[in-house]
Amino acid sequence: MSALIESPLNPADAVYEFTLPAGEPWMHGIQAGQTLRIIDLEGNQAADTLFYNAHDPAERYSAQDTIRGQGGLYLSTGTRLMSTRGNALLTITADTCGRHDTLGGACSCESNMVRYALEKRSMHACRDSFLRGIRQWQPGWTKRDITHNINFFMNVPVTEEGGLTFEDGVSGSGRYVEMRAEMDVVCLISNCPQLNNPCNAYNPTPVRILLWP
Amino acid sequence: MAEIDLSLVRFIEQVSPGASWSHVLKRGTTLRVKSLGEGANVSALFYNFEILGERLNLPDTLKCQHTARLTAGHCLYSDMGRILVSMTDDTCGWHDPLSGCSNEQEVLLQYGAHRYQEARNAFYRNGRDSFLTELGNYGMDERDLAMNVNLFAKVTADVGGRLRFHEGHSKAGMHVDLRAEMNTLVVLNTCVHPLDPSPTYAPQPVELSVWTSPPPAGDDRCRTSCAENTRGFEITRRYFL
Repeated sequence: MSALIESPLNPADAVYEFTLPAGEPWMHGIQAGQTLRIIDLEGNQAADTLFYNAHDPAERYSAQDTIRGQGGLYLSTGTRLMSTRGNALLTITADTCGRHDTLGGACSCESNMVRYALEKRSMHACRDSFLRGIRQWQPGWTKRDITHNINFFMNVPVTEEGGLTFEDGVSGSGRYVEMRAEMDVVCLISNCPQLNNPCNAYNPTPVRILLWP
Repeated sequence: MAEIDLSLVRFIEQVSPGASWSHVLKRGTTLRVKSLGEGANVSALFYNFEILGERLNLPDTLKCQHTARLTAGHCLYSDMGRILVSMTDDTCGWHDPLSGCSNEQEVLLQYGAHRYQEARNAFYRNGRDSFLTELGNYGMDERDLAMNVNLFAKVTADVGGRLRFHEGHSKAGMHVDLRAEMNTLVVLNTCVHPLDPSPTYAPQPVELSVWTSPPPAGDDRCRTSCAENTRGFEITRRYFL
């Protein structure tokens, strides 16, 4: 895990604050130079997150370009969040959790059926929140525009032998991750409603979102 | 199977080094991808041809099979919980789902400029532009891109997540069989792996064989390799009902 890096920014100077309940989407513009902080209020809460170029949203977050760009799987301070066109969307500037996942993707009704039981189809899932968020911003946009996301505060270790598991979070109450926008972006978060695995400690809880100018 | 029964083969085709290929692989057929050179790489994407918005979802694929590598017994899932193709045979042992494909800047930086005007068909192509060009033939564009697989490439992560590309893993003569569980649009190219450290741009050709294969039996290796895949096959079966 990376060293834990605290931010010098003072919450009193934030220009925007919002508490996002579990199971809800949040969509918001972030201008180049602004800083976004996501706080895991109660601990072990996955914040499934996507970014788009605000002016040309066909350019969007790319998990594989981000992984390849830094030569490593886990996201932490210093990670440049790369776009599908190979540009930096944001850079992580502080992180008191230690590492974040971008391999595990988002839950959907259909993936819950595969992973847990066919009867799980009706459970609320991140993709429903993503779809609800994105169509408010871009009418007519669909699953086609939902790409592979970041899971802030989620722990998905990969072994040298190629094993992959979902493990109990390395996060805790009050831990946060902070990132500076390198271009004007739009952020879409699904505060994960998953109840079938330890990514939310079986109890989804709110996250807090702050923006600095 | 080591050798395909020739009476089952529908067609055989070669893909040149650095070139693209696509085909709607029909349910009931299998695509064998065979490496014809040392260090071959095949970057591939998969779509449900009937609903092109349904595509390969590698995060879902990896987490439901608890793996960060792909080999025989694994299935490649769409974002609808259905199986696009399953890996029924593999003499390579490790295919890479982590690294993505090269883009124009990366190829230029690592290998320099080799344009069509001077190099003719040996010009240096990159994975991203190759995917976009091939997808364009189906009315698709960059909004349709997704995380891709790199066949024949092995990339591991250490305990801190640092990646390592294993040189020499990909050998001539290796093959992997991809059995279509749906009518699956396969889009692939033989551009070099984006983490291949070789200073020489040396893509390799592959041979593709499409052959008639039996439907997965009840005790099929891919179906029974984990409970998740048993459910995945059932969800896929229901799609055709």
